[in-house]
Amino acid sequence: MAAGSKSIDHDDEGETRRDFLFLTAGSFGAVGAGVVAWPFVSSMNPAADTLALSTTEVPLDKIPKGQSITVMWQGKPVFVRHRTDKEIEEARAVNQAELSDKQDDSERIKENKDEWLVVVGICTHLGCVPVGQKTSQSKGEYGGWFCPCHGSHYDTSGRIRKGPAPKNLAVPPYEFLSDTLIKIG
Amino acid sequence: MGSGERVEFDNKVVNWIDERLPLFTLMQKEYGVFPTPRNFNYFWNFGAIAMFMLIAMIATGIFLAMNYTPHVDMAFDSVERIDRDVNWGWMLRDIHMNGGSFFFIAVYIHIFRGMYYGSYKKPRELLWILGVVIFLLMMATAFMGYVLPWGQMSYWGATVITNLFSAIPFVGDSIVTLLWGGFSIDNPTLNRFFALHYLMPFVILAVVFLHVWALHICGSNNPSGIEPKGKQDTLPFHPYYTMKDTFGLLVFLVIFCVFVFYAPDYLGHPDNYKEANALVTPAHIVPEWYFLPFYAILRAITFDIGIPFTEITIISAKLGGVISMFGSIGLLLILPWLDTHPIRSARYRPKYKFFLLVFLAVFCMLGYVGSQSADAVFFGLPMTLIGILCTTYYYGFFLVIIPWLNNTEKGKDLPKSIHDAVLKTEREKA
Repeated sequence: MAAGSKSIDHDDEGETRRDFLFLTAGSFGAVGAGVVAWPFVSSMNPAADTLALSTTEVPLDKIPKGQSITVMWQGKPVFVRHRTDKEIEEARAVNQAELSDKQDDSERIKENKDEWLVVVGICTHLGCVPVGQKTSQSKGEYGGWFCPCHGSHYDTSGRIRKGPAPKNLAVPPYEFLSDTLIKIG
Repeated sequence: MGSGERVEFDNKVVNWIDERLPLFTLMQKEYGVFPTPRNFNYFWNFGAIAMFMLIAMIATGIFLAMNYTPHVDMAFDSVERIDRDVNWGWMLRDIHMNGGSFFFIAVYIHIFRGMYYGSYKKPRELLWILGVVIFLLMMATAFMGYVLPWGQMSYWGATVITNLFSAIPFVGDSIVTLLWGGFSIDNPTLNRFFALHYLMPFVILAVVFLHVWALHICGSNNPSGIEPKGKQDTLPFHPYYTMKDTFGLLVFLVIFCVFVFYAPDYLGHPDNYKEANALVTPAHIVPEWYFLPFYAILRAITFDIGIPFTEITIISAKLGGVISMFGSIGLLLILPWLDTHPIRSARYRPKYKFFLLVFLAVFCMLGYVGSQSADAVFFGLPMTLIGILCTTYYYGFFLVIIPWLNNTEKGKDLPKSIHDAVLKTEREKA
């Protein structure tokens, strides 16, 4: 382009003007393409009705000590576990240095509600549902849950103790509406 | 393409069209008289076989889509209805289901052929890269297709694979939410997977077109790995290789039909005949067989990589597994630049041949490891150990052995020409 235009005897100013126009037109084009692409990409994110399914209430009075139930929240299973004194003791006694995702048991429960553990029942490795909810199932080497997919073991506080999962089972946002009722979400 | 010389056709209609759009000239040039090395063996059938399988998948897929419902409440039942009530639905579905497996069989043999005879070397690097792109697109398509019947393996396989993206630092979780269109695999996910599963085969078809175009620019490689030097080294594609390809395809289809009609579910997993359930994870999630070696590489990394003697983790076990898995295919992309040895064919490279055959065995072993549960034991050794050893060989083959052979392997003497090599073997036989 530069070589061709020289032969038509333009002054040098015309040359820079053309470069400037080329660059600005190009960048406006690129920004425009991005603006057009955004709604398409964004349409793949959760829709308003999906976002609306946000809270679940769970009554606790029918869960005996030592047992747990599974409830659905945002399409995900949530484990609600009524822990025994022994399980609470085990969760507290852990040496922090042994943990790969360091968290004290007290950070994972509500104050003075030591017997209730509420965690999202999705393995932090690749999203399987760990077993250990039913009394007949394996609870893993640390008495919490065991993920059969790739062999992650969780303890009685839902913390990762062994296996490929990088993080503890997530604690969802929840609050006690009364002593026997919680609201998740 | 097409704007070059034209031949006259005797048929007036053909000639009239060809003058305006030289389709017949193109076919004549690229598939009729196209000069092809005369020494192909049956390994050279699998490109044509893969092409046939792609067309068969698109054809059966379009008709299956007419009876399939991409909704979480109806998908599973609509597939059962195809099997039981739709006229010939069982056959369309079994061809499609097993066709996926046989497409992968053809493509795996095709890729191995390329590695054995050095088909990726100059000037065929781009041809090879387009092939790897097709392989990646096939994997994405097959994965999304497997989700559509909405069985337990569909659901949990999709959960595991989409969760791979959550290993990406900082943006991982947002990407997973974007892929799902929600907070778990659900109806939005099924819907978009159906849309993309319908689209992707046509994208594959477009890349196959580029792959074949690139092939027709530099011509086929051949078992000797030396370029044809003249007319005595080649045969016209038709009728010599149209016949050879058709024969190979028919043998392949006989085996295919045995599976379709006598063992349609042999390559599948019984758990996928249970409807998807978000609350129950199957005890043992396995992908389809053609993903198993890569699944084993994913699971091989069970340790964090960090700075020694500190507690700082740079790459978590999860991210490490994901990187290794994608990296194992990434290595194929750069293979033309890893292997710079001047001899193409393993026939004349005994050391490369040995390590490549070990690689093949290791790859199959990885497939076996991938099919077993994480805590399985193999002759007294933990399966995770076998997995990491095989993964190490996989990487070592590309990154250590091949570069080492570049400088050390002398290789055998190459024949003077294809013509010469063919006559020599014929003389020896006589």
